Amino acid sequence: MKYLDEYRDERIARALVADLHHRVARPWVLMEICGGQTHTLMRYGIDELVPKEITLVHGPGCPVCVTPLEIIDKAIRIASRPGVIFVSYGDMLRVPGSESDLLRVKAAGGDVRVVYSPMEALKIARANPQRQVVFFGIGFETTAPANAMAVWQARREGLRNFSMLASHVLVPPAIRLLLRSPQNRVQGFIAPGHVCTVMGYREYEALAQEFRVPFVVGGFEPIDLLEAISMLVAQLEEGRAEVENQYVRSVSREGNGPAQAIMQEVFEVCDRKWRGVGPIPESGLRLRPEFAAYDAEKVFDVASCSAEEPAECISAQVLQGLKKPVDCPAFGKRCTPESPLGAPMVSAEGACAAYYQYRRLAVVSQD
Amino acid sequence: MCLAVPGKILAIEETKDSRVGRVEFGGIMRPVQLDFVPEAMVGDYVVTHVGFAISRVDPEEAERTFRILHEMGLLESEGLGSGSDSGEQDQAA
Repeated sequence: MKYLDEYRDERIARALVADLHHRVARPWVLMEICGGQTHTLMRYGIDELVPKEITLVHGPGCPVCVTPLEIIDKAIRIASRPGVIFVSYGDMLRVPGSESDLLRVKAAGGDVRVVYSPMEALKIARANPQRQVVFFGIGFETTAPANAMAVWQARREGLRNFSMLASHVLVPPAIRLLLRSPQNRVQGFIAPGHVCTVMGYREYEALAQEFRVPFVVGGFEPIDLLEAISMLVAQLEEGRAEVENQYVRSVSREGNGPAQAIMQEVFEVCDRKWRGVGPIPESGLRLRPEFAAYDAEKVFDVASCSAEEPAECISAQVLQGLKKPVDCPAFGKRCTPESPLGAPMVSAEGACAAYYQYRRLAVVSQD
Repeated sequence: MCLAVPGKILAIEETKDSRVGRVEFGGIMRPVQLDFVPEAMVGDYVVTHVGFAISRVDPEEAERTFRILHEMGLLESEGLGSGSDSGEQDQAA
């Protein structure tokens, strides 16, 4: 496929790795923020190809992983109601709530449906006017415009039986929290290419300036990531702390104007708790009061609901790059994708799940 | 979750509410909302996420970047890459 295959070219990858070996002089700790990038790094073994001076740690960029437990519990409560059709992206079905998950609700007879696009949820609502259709609107800035469009369109059409359980999260506030932590050891970041496709990268320029840390906006193929790592190392070795864009074929500094406009019309910034991390000020999006009729938390009165996370899980440290998944005593033993203790083992893009899929045998053989 | 893939627009259908493309991803066709890429035309590649195009791939930028990368790869295989003293050379040749 054009714009994919050429970014997996082995010969170019080898040249970039060789260049990196040539370029690096001192040890550096780099973080890729996005779970999709973590997945590519593990799948292609990039963490093992780069010079030993470079340590890659994995960031909090998996929206499925960081969706708070109480929101999952609310989803389960709404989906369990008779007459409700609960519609979700597939990744959310196996995420454990306090006592159950959406897949179990479905197994027990709940009408839980998986869609690829929020527009399909609208179709379901149009086709079932006598039923309440609730869409689980999660995701980072990449997904927020599409979810916003579904709500906007529902209001335009006057759909009375459609609502959204919205729990969006924003990347820059989480990075700020991480950089403010006295424990932080990350010296350079690969900024998330698809979040920046929507938002541009001006927010990261403010972070780079405030914390004197370089960012490179990176794509998702192995060549993209190797090039982004190489650009970061060049900045670090030269003592620069700028925002550079590797993913120029999709990302501009300003981002996507129409996508940002619909997000702003439908959503407003709010404080948000991140699973495994805790509350982060101004790190989420919720529906604006003008769209209250489409807000499932109001329609179904599930607003008060709190839950505690399991103590054994070290996901807070994993999501902040302080520990690697394999440092956890429960990894691959009491915590697996089939029976996850915590958030990063749940989604395919969670750091723990990526290690489990690609590094499990290596870890077991060391035991 | 933030997975997004480039596909080629083969046709565009416009209604009063929206603009939907028939987009090909490696032989698979899917409808894609083009509301966020009003500039995209038939023949363009769009990066698509949950059924919405979030950018039009800039062909000149992609071409330019890729040409630089490709030259690096070629130079490397000719033994002229910057990493010729790194021990990677034998594997690459």
